[in-house]
Amino acid sequence: MTGKRVMRDVFIESIYNRMFRDEMLFFLCADFGSPKLDRLRAEFGSRFINVGIAEQNLINIATGLALEGFTVYAYAIAPFLVMRAYEQIRNNLSLLSHIREINVNLIGVGAGLSYDVSGPTHHCIEDISAIRTLPNITIFSPSDWVLVETFVDYSINNKCPKYIRLDGKPLPKIYNTEDVNLERGFFELVKGSEVCIVSTGYMTHTALRAIERLGQDGISCGLVDVFMIRPIGDALLLETLSRYKCVINLEEGFINKGGLDSMVSCILNGSSATVGIKKMGFGDEYSFDMGGRLFLHKSHGIDEDGIIKNVKDILKGIKD
Amino acid sequence: MDSISHSIDNVRFLKDKSLWVRKETLNIHRIAQDTRLASSLSAVEIFVVLFYGGIINFDPKDPRWDSRDRFIISKGHGSISFYPILADLGYFNMQELKRVGKEGSFLGAIPDPIIPGYDTVNGSLGHGLGIACGVAIALKRKGKDEKVFVLIGDGELYEGSVWEAAMFAGEHGLDNLIMILDNNKACMLDYCKNVIDLEPIEEKFKSFRWTTERIDGHDVEQLYGSLKGLKEKRGERPKLLIADTIKGKGVPFLETDPLSHIKNIKPEDIDGVIEGLK
Repeated sequence: MTGKRVMRDVFIESIYNRMFRDEMLFFLCADFGSPKLDRLRAEFGSRFINVGIAEQNLINIATGLALEGFTVYAYAIAPFLVMRAYEQIRNNLSLLSHIREINVNLIGVGAGLSYDVSGPTHHCIEDISAIRTLPNITIFSPSDWVLVETFVDYSINNKCPKYIRLDGKPLPKIYNTEDVNLERGFFELVKGSEVCIVSTGYMTHTALRAIERLGQDGISCGLVDVFMIRPIGDALLLETLSRYKCVINLEEGFINKGGLDSMVSCILNGSSATVGIKKMGFGDEYSFDMGGRLFLHKSHGIDEDGIIKNVKDILKGIKD
Repeated sequence: MDSISHSIDNVRFLKDKSLWVRKETLNIHRIAQDTRLASSLSAVEIFVVLFYGGIINFDPKDPRWDSRDRFIISKGHGSISFYPILADLGYFNMQELKRVGKEGSFLGAIPDPIIPGYDTVNGSLGHGLGIACGVAIALKRKGKDEKVFVLIGDGELYEGSVWEAAMFAGEHGLDNLIMILDNNKACMLDYCKNVIDLEPIEEKFKSFRWTTERIDGHDVEQLYGSLKGLKEKRGERPKLLIADTIKGKGVPFLETDPLSHIKNIKPEDIDGVIEGLK
């Protein structure tokens, strides 16, 4: 699991390569860059547009291009993309795509606490809930750059609005390209016995580290990485989770507000399975705590130690 | 100005159509009291000249004909007067006008893109110009000569997203974009000059590198001349036609009421109002 890369660089590089042979691709940004973007905008000046710091207009311009048949990538900082332009996303992507084919791919960089020291305006812990409530929008929440790389084909072939939430930090590889099945929506990275962590994005890395430490203590814990929040194979996910007695949902997001935890709860509640769920994430408050990502995780109890404690507590409860 | 003024018959035709559209709009309002009447009446001549004056290329049998001029009605609520025109031109059956707002109808108090002739969602203000900019860029990219027309209201100019798009259009020299401002001077609760004065509108858009013209938006000859000229004009600037209109045009008590936006006419009073139309 080596080879750290930044998801946005991988995605932009893949799009760049496709733009040579696909004249129908447009790349828009709201004055947000990346080292890899410099080459794209130099090469494809007529199909790259910086709309300025104007997320609402970003979505509207993208909609207009998509109505004329173009595949559009709209790139911005995740919380601003989702929340500044929410009505544009609702009316012009979610609602209009009921009737018209609209292939707009929203690329939000800075999922979760990627921008840790920038504080709560730049934290993105509401986006899954906010977009999940809108029909017709695919939500892609990758945990590594291999998933991101494979998503370019998917984004072109599936002509609907999509929200692609990318972490901002370099992260190691988890998957091998040949193992990726985007249609499935999730992958059981670690098979455990009684407890299974369900996570998405960055937190899957945290979970992997915690599981490794648990293993050193002889404790088994499963891990399901959800990379496609929607659409996801509900039945298959339920089948996977039903093998466990308890699920720990782990996310860099508010809990009980419609995020990944709500999706998992709905799937479990809609079945006869008696799988418990413990939710790890942020409570109903914002935080101005200053510090790096690991510090912030620790202060909110969603760090490795917090996960290990929860797993042990659950196992103790099961035995008792 | 390439005007139709020399053709008395055409001017009369457009005026007669405008009168007919007003009557039909009132008839719609009779059965669908939630329709926004006053702001629909101010835009009547604009719709009529665009669609009966030969300004816009369209095909009622193929509403999404690739070679049509695009028309985005950003002030969706104020376009009920477009319904009778669409029916008259053959986009759908005239009988549909008697079902506005009824169960199973596709014609609502706010038009949606399920209606043949509407391309976008227009229920919330401030979206149309940005989308039109995207369409305009797309048409240029494809080397197509069709134009993008946008109808916007003056109250809509309060939305910040309009100015994001206005800056964009000027910067990108979208000379295939023609925005018509139905400048009826009022928003919901008052005249705009009493809320936040929008004037001088021309100077604002000129400073964003737009070409502007200003006319009487109820004068079909002026509308025709300006729209035809702006459609043909090139020069790397988007174009704004400020059509000075009267909110509630044709209905005296609406024309003078700052709250006309939310005023209804009772069904039993509609016939009397229609009789008074000129």
